[in-house]
Amino acid sequence: MTRIKFGEQFFEAENNETVLNTLLRNNMQVPYGCKAGVCQCCLMRSLDNAPPEKSQVGLKDTQQKQNYFLACLCETEDDMTVALLNNETSWLDAEVIEKTDLSTNVILLKIKAKEPLAFIAGQFVNLRRNDGVIRSYSIANSPNSEHELAFHIRILPNGKFSRWVADELTIGMPLSFSHAQGDCHYVAGQNEQPLLLIGTGTGLAPLYGILLDALSMHNHQGEIHLFHGSRDASGLYLEEKLIALTQKYSNFHYTACLSGEVHDKKYTPGRANDIALQKVPNTTGWRVYLCGQPEMVLHSKRAAYLQGASLKEIYADAFLS
Amino acid sequence: MTGTTTNATLFEQLGGAAAVDAAVDIFYRKVLADERIDRFFEGVDMEKQAAKQKAFLTMAFGGPNNYNGQDMRNAHAKLVKIGLDDSHFDAVVENLAATLTELGVSEELIKQVAAIAETTRADVLGK
Repeated sequence: MTRIKFGEQFFEAENNETVLNTLLRNNMQVPYGCKAGVCQCCLMRSLDNAPPEKSQVGLKDTQQKQNYFLACLCETEDDMTVALLNNETSWLDAEVIEKTDLSTNVILLKIKAKEPLAFIAGQFVNLRRNDGVIRSYSIANSPNSEHELAFHIRILPNGKFSRWVADELTIGMPLSFSHAQGDCHYVAGQNEQPLLLIGTGTGLAPLYGILLDALSMHNHQGEIHLFHGSRDASGLYLEEKLIALTQKYSNFHYTACLSGEVHDKKYTPGRANDIALQKVPNTTGWRVYLCGQPEMVLHSKRAAYLQGASLKEIYADAFLS
Repeated sequence: MTGTTTNATLFEQLGGAAAVDAAVDIFYRKVLADERIDRFFEGVDMEKQAAKQKAFLTMAFGGPNNYNGQDMRNAHAKLVKIGLDDSHFDAVVENLAATLTELGVSEELIKQVAAIAETTRADVLGK
């Protein structure tokens, strides 16, 4: 007999009873469809013990790693605390430790968490201002012993949060943030797989995190191609660092793309996604990461898939601004 | 091997959930790349659509499903208005058969899958 904790309530699971059936039997509201592990409507997450392997069949490996599972396939072996996916908001405390201009309209913001935290570069967190204004930002660094998180904040002309970061936020000020979410991150274990990273604007932030994770934390050996797109050269805000990385790692390649006018030969004219998918016409076997404007992400996801990449190996993060 | 030499269900003979996983990626790519029908998939959320394709394949493979004719009608009603007809349904079945051929499934089993897919025709086309 195992116990399932859901929200603030505990339920006893009968022998061989699935988590879904235990919750439904107790009149809990859980979405479900096929009850056969196919439709994935009943996707949930364990907040403590790892779920049984067979309840993770068909999930992306990033989801498996984060203890996502299908409630309809999950006959528990241990007690479990489970949650639906949008039900995990609790806030953590941090302090601002760095604020640097990366370009005329992108700021590097670094915060230090008060306690150790689990995240993977490329995931995102919600940042919350004291008065409750909340925005999502991708994590642009790898986990480190100092519990630091780095973000690339694009300053929007009328951005409630980003203007506040630019004008009022100072070093030493407190800032709260949510647990890291999202499955757009590096996955260890396939060291030789070629990676295609395509980003526009500050879509570079998660890609940069993924890149650092791949190269310096996991010693990734497969080819890694990063295409970063901007309208003009001022938006290519990590150009120097990325060029330095291409010199350090022979398997890393960086292409800076400008959709506006191009006066300098080191930039490729055109949209980053178009150029990337022309240069890699066959994406079979590639792992593809797409971050930036929703239109670009939608369009590129389709193209990368049609050109051969498996849907499960296309990771996307559409930025809403 | 044919269905008569064993008691295994069609779903088991095809390889179960793992076979659906293998097939959906190929099948949906064929469907999206097919100029006869690609316009019906413009602007769709690919993950959601792939999940639906997966549910459809599971059903066509004789696997566990909650097939609901009325849902199928509702989901396709808009497409019927813009011209979805038998020729498009045939194209999808053709892509399904081609997918299974590519995966090395025998003709006998492909016929059985096509026959199950056929049972959804009236609902899909709102007949």
